[in-house]
Amino acid sequence: MRKVLIGNVAIAEAVKLARVEVISAYPITPQTIIVEKLAEMVDSGELNAKYIRVDSEHSALAAVYGASAGGSRVFTATSSHGLLYMYEMLWWIANSRLPVVMSVVTRSLGPPWNIHTDHQDALTIRDAGWIIGFAENVQEVFDMTLQAYKISEDKRVLLPSIIALDGFILSHTAEPLEIPSQSEVDGWLPPREPLPFVMKPGESFAVGNLGPDEVTMELRWYIWRAMERAKKIIEDVDKEYGELTGREYGGLTEKYRVDDADYIVLGMGSWSGDMKEAIDVLRDEGYKVGLLRIRYVRPFPMEDILKYCVPAKAVLVYDRAVSMGYGGILAGEASSILRGKTPLKSVVAGLGGVDMRSEEFVDSIKRFIEEYEMDKDVEWLNTYWLLKGGGEG
Amino acid sequence: MGRSMYREFLILSRGGQGGVTASRILATAAAYEGKWAQAIPEFGAERRGAIVKSYLRVSNGVIKRHSKVYNADGASIFSSKILELIDIGEVVPRNAVLLINSPSKPGIEGYRDIYYVDATRIALDHGLVIAGWPVVNTAMASAMARVFEIASLESVLKAIKEFFHGELAEKNISAAQEAWNKVYR
Repeated sequence: MRKVLIGNVAIAEAVKLARVEVISAYPITPQTIIVEKLAEMVDSGELNAKYIRVDSEHSALAAVYGASAGGSRVFTATSSHGLLYMYEMLWWIANSRLPVVMSVVTRSLGPPWNIHTDHQDALTIRDAGWIIGFAENVQEVFDMTLQAYKISEDKRVLLPSIIALDGFILSHTAEPLEIPSQSEVDGWLPPREPLPFVMKPGESFAVGNLGPDEVTMELRWYIWRAMERAKKIIEDVDKEYGELTGREYGGLTEKYRVDDADYIVLGMGSWSGDMKEAIDVLRDEGYKVGLLRIRYVRPFPMEDILKYCVPAKAVLVYDRAVSMGYGGILAGEASSILRGKTPLKSVVAGLGGVDMRSEEFVDSIKRFIEEYEMDKDVEWLNTYWLLKGGGEG
Repeated sequence: MGRSMYREFLILSRGGQGGVTASRILATAAAYEGKWAQAIPEFGAERRGAIVKSYLRVSNGVIKRHSKVYNADGASIFSSKILELIDIGEVVPRNAVLLINSPSKPGIEGYRDIYYVDATRIALDHGLVIAGWPVVNTAMASAMARVFEIASLESVLKAIKEFFHGELAEKNISAAQEAWNKVYR
């Protein structure tokens, strides 16, 4: 069925179709509409789920932690400072191997107080053992949310998932999307299996017990291996979902005009669409450039980055988040994979919701190509900031 | 990009007038006709009465970009008071077409074309008042659909039924029908 929905409502539709059993809710802009919409669905009986209102984000995640340990399929959502307030519980859930699914509607961290998007909030959790996906448009927000249950609950994975979507740009923008029927989803996403364990009343069971050092490390190694296995599962789920719906994205990355590209652009999130339009313009002008869109930052698509960036002349990375004192986060991760094999330029832009137009991508991609063409031994050691109203870049 | 028709619109409204909803109604109406559309609100510290911007893109191919709209082909101004509060020339390019909620021909010049519709009177006549404010969104959406050729009246009315139900839907539908027929230049 074709609908025109905002990203937040599309998520609620995906949660309903996934037959989620327990939802915890604590409001924060720009996430709030997701849990409001789910509250309406539970109230009307459209969705048969336990809806738990809690006193904080920390409790929101704790509530679904317990429910997931009890065998339920669960959901919660947050943004920005709410996600940071969840930080401790994020690790409890990942280290307990529970397939919790959460939406993170990305929003800048204060001060200054700002409700608009950047990727800083979602990327603070990249080391915690959560699978982290970034969507480009409302359709993909919906698709990734539904797929997250299949991926997280796979017995070869058993890790929680976060689907990140840009605050307002996707959460509040209405676009057309295709929604599969309940029977199509039911045939593809069976009820959750009681894995990795299920706590039941009357049965003694310890979760998060005292662990000997060697066991603790071994458990981390299991998470490491599960994250490695998740790469294949994400690809498989993308393919089978493609057979179901006609939409296949390419697994961990989307490859947009990269096959014969001399120059590769890396980026993720909603502005990837603006980058694609820029690449179309540049292709028409004869520039051999393509976009390798990062769909999942965890597990990180190392193989795709090597495959497409090593043969290229140079790589340009746009980051909507920065590691202070180091550089753009995606750029840092990509260059640690490339290890100097291909020159890489890191550009930080769009923090605090600063808008980037397709035309601005055209200009800055051209400048990057010209810099390389003028000096093929160029080393972009700086992190370039695209400040509006002046600045470097 | 496989799209021969691609247009961008700007809505300037005041918090409470329903500018964001108007944009969503139009995106929904355009999608009924097989078009691609995006309704993008610009949120800040909005409150009742503050000037709110919303954007709308319509195309016959998929729209990939998500940035704000900078060069609107058409702009819809939900309250003629807004023209006293901002320099419209800084927000809307001169080659755009304007549609203004006004009881008479607005005293503004320098645009490709200027249309007006008395959406406030239409809203009041159809009992579309919330907390003392006439809610002009469906009347304005309908007038926009006609002036900017975004969708047919039939599609607009169908979209309105997705956003409002029962008696409220009926009031909004009659307001939209009247606005469609009473937009002037």
